[in-house]
Amino acid sequence: MGFAHFWLSGFDQIRTGFWAYLAVGLENGSLYAMIAVGYTLVYGVLGLINFAHGEVFMCGGFAAVFLTHGILGETVATGWASVGLVLAGIVVAGSISALVATGVEQIAYRPLRRRNAPKLAYLISAIGASYFLQTIAGKEFGYGQNIFPAQVFPAGQTLFFIGKTPIHTIQVVCLVAGAIMFIAADRIVRSTRLGRGIRAVAQDSETSALMGVNIDRTITLTFIIGGSLAGAAGFLYSLQNGIVQNSGTELGIYAFTAAVLGGIGNLRGAALGGLLIGLFGSFSVPFAFEGNISWTEIYTFLILVLVLILRPTGILGEKSGRTA
Amino acid sequence: MSLVTRSALKRLLVSLAVGALVAVMTGAPGGYGVPAYTGVHGSFFEHVSYFGLFRTQRWFLFLTLAVLAWLLLSFYKAHAHVVQRRLEPVTILPSRLMARRTNRWVLIAVVVVVTLFIPKFVHQQFWMYLIVEQIGVWILLALGLNVVVGFAGLLDLGFAAFYAIGAYSTAWFTGVLPTPAPFNHPIPTLWCIPIGVALAMIFGIILGIPTLRLRGDYLAIVTLGFALIIDDFVGTQSGVTGGGEGSLTVPKFDLNAGFFHYRWGISPTPYYYLCFIFVVIFLVAFTALEYSRVGRAWVAIREDEVAAESIGINPLKYKVSAFAVGAASGGFGGVLTAGLIGNINPTLFQYQVSVNVLILVIFGGMGSIWGVAIGAIIVQFVTSYLDNYQPWGYQLNDLYMYIGALLIIMMIFRPAGILPSRRRQREIHDFETAHEGHLDEVLTGDEP
Repeated sequence: MGFAHFWLSGFDQIRTGFWAYLAVGLENGSLYAMIAVGYTLVYGVLGLINFAHGEVFMCGGFAAVFLTHGILGETVATGWASVGLVLAGIVVAGSISALVATGVEQIAYRPLRRRNAPKLAYLISAIGASYFLQTIAGKEFGYGQNIFPAQVFPAGQTLFFIGKTPIHTIQVVCLVAGAIMFIAADRIVRSTRLGRGIRAVAQDSETSALMGVNIDRTITLTFIIGGSLAGAAGFLYSLQNGIVQNSGTELGIYAFTAAVLGGIGNLRGAALGGLLIGLFGSFSVPFAFEGNISWTEIYTFLILVLVLILRPTGILGEKSGRTA
Repeated sequence: MSLVTRSALKRLLVSLAVGALVAVMTGAPGGYGVPAYTGVHGSFFEHVSYFGLFRTQRWFLFLTLAVLAWLLLSFYKAHAHVVQRRLEPVTILPSRLMARRTNRWVLIAVVVVVTLFIPKFVHQQFWMYLIVEQIGVWILLALGLNVVVGFAGLLDLGFAAFYAIGAYSTAWFTGVLPTPAPFNHPIPTLWCIPIGVALAMIFGIILGIPTLRLRGDYLAIVTLGFALIIDDFVGTQSGVTGGGEGSLTVPKFDLNAGFFHYRWGISPTPYYYLCFIFVVIFLVAFTALEYSRVGRAWVAIREDEVAAESIGINPLKYKVSAFAVGAASGGFGGVLTAGLIGNINPTLFQYQVSVNVLILVIFGGMGSIWGVAIGAIIVQFVTSYLDNYQPWGYQLNDLYMYIGALLIIMMIFRPAGILPSRRRQREIHDFETAHEGHLDEVLTGDEP
């Protein structure tokens, strides 16, 4: 197969299956956006990349998998039951992930913050936390084994058709849930008292402390918001793809790329970047050599490097001073 | 002594959480084919005991210990003024003994002599192989990463990628990969050392120039991504790299200088001496490098980039050079591994290898050459021992759990390592005390 032919056939596949690729891209993109919010919020407040965020996502996924499996067993949910299960899954996964995220903050970051450690120490400590969580999950739930929840939606259940392309229920659910959660997070950061605290700490923590903002509490709440979105994303991801103890690493890198692409520290940038990375990943599938799926990973990484070279502040501009 | 105050209850909660965590950490190993749901639906009893205890016993024991610890702690808090006493400071410290030059030379001489005679004491081939493959090569890797992380203060998580590049270029040039060797002309393994080193260095420079312009924390994630991609690439492109099997037939080292011909065979002892020579070269070279103009420029950039730039040091140039030196050492380690083991496959170069090397550097002491070498020996010895003998119910897969916990604990209690470099220790101390009272820096850990 010639090289030109390879590319042409890729474009041909995109032309015929455009809507399917678009649907998958938006589904993944909304998940990336939900995870990227955590990276971006923490970066705004603490000025560091939370390396353990991918594992926070993974913990939420496992929590929801066990919840749905415990409730459903081997049956398939239908009608209102599946709506209820999705809501319950999001709530449980969100709270478990928020718990893990605050735990990481308390154990791995807070002692260093108290001591005013150099930045390298934070990164190393975060890597330690990430490895610890990953291995504990592997120890409890098995290594390298994809764990699916019980069927909340029958596999391949179609909600409606665009042309001849079936649009699956799960894709719509992901997009809607992602949009709702993102808008909620955006509202919280932009127009509540708590959000004002987060923005104040991001802008100037010293002055905000003098103005009466409780910094420790604000940081904890930031981790809770980021963690709960990541947990919800973990549940929605596992409904479609199942979850493995190390799925946090890959998704974490995608979401981080999304956050950087949109402009790290910028909440709306995270959403935009997430959707773009999702679409890019989906539309690059036909261009994988030998049909090997890991080529999309390579392409996405190239995007990260290109963004860093050409526009390190991201599309919407970096706002380490103003999170919203 | 009141046990129902808010802080006392908080302490109880924390100690119970620690107890539960320990109970989980000492539990059954994760399976590869067992349905995970047994963890929730299964019985509270196990068929096999781990660390001599069954699950219920373990939970009971550790939670009881947690409560006991809490009681003791509360007692200590209430009567701290009675218990606390000043300890006499230890007057003869090893570091003080080492400060004298004669003592230092004597110690080095003793170490060299002992190392030279190790093959005479160790009779088991298995242990000799272990010393060469797990300790010798890894000292070199750790020393290389130490230049990047310790001297220049850049967090490189893609070290495994350069290691893989070194090993796979060796396999490629010796003609044992599915891809034919360049110009269809395989070359001896020893000649691959400069080639592998140069290739790894080129990759390092290509990756480093765009990313080193940016903030330091971007470098970590980009290098991690790079390692993941190399890992993916060598594991899946079976037409190019041999896929999961890799290559089993990398030729052994073979020195042919006309009048002198030596061939490294099956016995590990010659490899031991080869490694020994390289370790000595690395130690001497990096010590010289540390105090050279370049080494001082690295330290200046690490301590304060803006100040370094203002006295005429080009930060990008020196950062890239540090990154390239690290990459080159990674490539060197790769070539050496390929020649020693003879078979290479993707499992040797998973991205976790980068963190394994990083822990050697951090454990020993970032920036301290002797610390890193000794740290590498200790950590590699302990982990290989645990892996091979699995004492006290230790499980193979749990290694990264302990590594993760060790990284966090080291960062909290001893960020400068077991044998800290004096400059690095002072630097961390200065950093932590200088900005006291400035909440902004306290929060971000950022330099003002």
